[in-house]
Amino acid sequence: MEVKAQTPNCLCRDCGRIAPVAMPAPDSCPACGSARLVAHAELATLAIAHVDCDAFYASVEKRDRPELADEPVIVGGSVRGVVLTACYIARRFGVRSAMPMAHALRLCPDASVVRPNMEKYRTESRRIRELMQATATRVEAVSIDEAYLDLSDSESDEPPARSLARLALLVEKRVGVTISVGLAPNKMLAKMASDMGKPRGFFVIGTSDALAVLAPMKVGALPGVGPVTAAKLEQLGFTTIAELRQAKADELTHRFGRWGRRLLQQAHGEDERRVGFGRGRSVTVGAERTFANDLRTYEQIAPEVEQICARVAERLARADLAAGSLTLKLRRHDRLTRTHACRLHDPTMKQEIILAAVTPTLLRQLDGTAFRLIGITAHDLMPGKRADPPDLFETD
Amino acid sequence: MKLTIERAALLRALGHVQSVVERRNTIPILSNVLLRAEGTKLSLSATDMDIEMVASLVAQVSKSGATTVPAHTLYDIIRKLRDGSQIELETTGEKGLMTLRSGRSTFTLSCLPPEDYPLMAGGELAHNFLLSAGDLKRLIDRTRFAISTEETRYYLNGIYLHAAKSDQVDMLRAVATDGHRLARMEIPLPEGAAGMPGVIVPRKTVMELRKLLDEMQDDVSVSLSDTKIRFTFAETVLTSKLIDGTFPDYDRVIPSGNDRILEVDCKLFAEAVDRVSTISTEKSRAVKLAIERGSLTLSATSPENGTATEELEVRYSAQPLEIGFNSRYLLDIAEQIEGEGARFALADAASPTVVRDSADASALYVLMPMRV
Repeated sequence: MEVKAQTPNCLCRDCGRIAPVAMPAPDSCPACGSARLVAHAELATLAIAHVDCDAFYASVEKRDRPELADEPVIVGGSVRGVVLTACYIARRFGVRSAMPMAHALRLCPDASVVRPNMEKYRTESRRIRELMQATATRVEAVSIDEAYLDLSDSESDEPPARSLARLALLVEKRVGVTISVGLAPNKMLAKMASDMGKPRGFFVIGTSDALAVLAPMKVGALPGVGPVTAAKLEQLGFTTIAELRQAKADELTHRFGRWGRRLLQQAHGEDERRVGFGRGRSVTVGAERTFANDLRTYEQIAPEVEQICARVAERLARADLAAGSLTLKLRRHDRLTRTHACRLHDPTMKQEIILAAVTPTLLRQLDGTAFRLIGITAHDLMPGKRADPPDLFETD
Repeated sequence: MKLTIERAALLRALGHVQSVVERRNTIPILSNVLLRAEGTKLSLSATDMDIEMVASLVAQVSKSGATTVPAHTLYDIIRKLRDGSQIELETTGEKGLMTLRSGRSTFTLSCLPPEDYPLMAGGELAHNFLLSAGDLKRLIDRTRFAISTEETRYYLNGIYLHAAKSDQVDMLRAVATDGHRLARMEIPLPEGAAGMPGVIVPRKTVMELRKLLDEMQDDVSVSLSDTKIRFTFAETVLTSKLIDGTFPDYDRVIPSGNDRILEVDCKLFAEAVDRVSTISTEKSRAVKLAIERGSLTLSATSPENGTATEELEVRYSAQPLEIGFNSRYLLDIAEQIEGEGARFALADAASPTVVRDSADASALYVLMPMRV
């Protein structure tokens, strides 16, 4: 393992200060005094993040019922009597997700069991997603409480690490739950990193230390390796990730098919998947505006919509992505929010095509209602070269 | 109205007519079929206000008259009746009901007044000519796959039928395009078609017409004006409004100077394109054609699945070229080529390519490349 002689940078997760680490390393931020410091040689350059909400359902319930804050809380019960989420206090007793409720209560008899309220979690998830989308141009939601962020083509000059630290603070302040951030050169390492800092963590794995960090870990720590695969691997003599690296590609492919090749790549800390190209995951690029005064007429709204289209087009272009479909989001003065799908004939990243696609839908909704927010989201994203295919009759 | 009719004949005629009727209608009577019994004939009419289909057939009419009944319901009833059975239809007085009897089955259907049925206004169709069913079929088949569904360019939502000159010979041409590909098919101009206006026949009309042609062998009489077209078969008449728009000047997008000629065995080519495109996960299923002297390498890649390549022996002697196409579009065209060989005339990776059947000059296809 070679270690590059690069001076590590240090990020203060509370004030966002990034500075080269002084020797001896300080215990607290010289600027604000916070002890939440993250140091890493590649801190200023890494841009792929995995963001995971800590015990999401349980955290939301604790937020809404402060009397439970210091109690073990288990969310679940209504569905087949299993644990959906256990708070970190309950986890100390050994309670885990997907465990039968009866078993969980034997481990932790004092836990408060809360029935899940999925509607509420989805709402909170959406609020967090919106904050993520304001942070990164590309957000790939993996589930209700997890997403990958690609900040490599961020519009600001701010180092991604600082944007992410601010995102974590914003989520705590606005939504009232904590998140863990993993920052790394690729999705797989980012996912492992977010796990390693939990809860309320901020963990960095760089290109230079990925091999060393992974080496001693059990193969089961790799994303996608569950107990069954782990057992098979152990049978083949691969218990740690370092051992797995010695495997022959043929052997793994023979045993695990296409997945075998990926396994070996993963063991080397490699992952070529781009954020935004996950399998069957919802991936969007969008923009929205909240108006200072509610708007009613087409004349008032048109210029705003044009700007939103420009923003979406700009973000698509920056990320080199083409939109396969669009949705128009309208929030009324009474906060009732509706989304409308808009037909797109060909994938696009052009402002005028986006505008032409949403305008008929928009016109249908303008019946004198006052709107406070309008947003446009691009879905079914595909590589930018698919955008606006050349047309026989429109030569430009 | 009272009549008796054989099930098979009614089923066939109704089958044609009911398919014009939309499943969902805001005007209730448009869900109905108009039945009119007179002399020895029963005529059935249906419309969606853009297309009108009329079929007439022999029936034993004991009392003339007319009514309208729900088209799809009537069709479903007739469909389920026993083969070979006789059907009696009778309207019952002022109640607005029609009774249908066959064997031991009796149905009563609620009717709407025939006077309210919207019939397409007459108007003279000045241009008349005859086409063989086979020619009309080919004009449609070679072009309809390229009809656009893009609503903003409504004038591309049909087949452009017009008279044109090819090498000084008068031709009847059908052209369809969606901007990504264009298909042009021509036959010698039939007598009477000279001087006809260029018309755009809407997609739905094309599809209905094509269904009719499946069962017809005889000549079809075509009449048209600049707003309407009518196809008259022995027992069935299809009249349609035309798309009110200007078809773009397509001639200027058909390249004439493409000098890199690629000749492939069409069947082998189509099979290879189909195989290679399997790997592609995109909606557009792009395939890359790497062409060099005597050989064509087809390839596709997908970030998730992997890669595919296949090599074909071809006739090509120009400079090597790499070009990408939507595999679906390639297959659509290959499907239309009946001869063994397909001939591609290429310019470069960004310009339209012309494809023809090596053995048949009547059809021509233009294909826009994709970025690969």
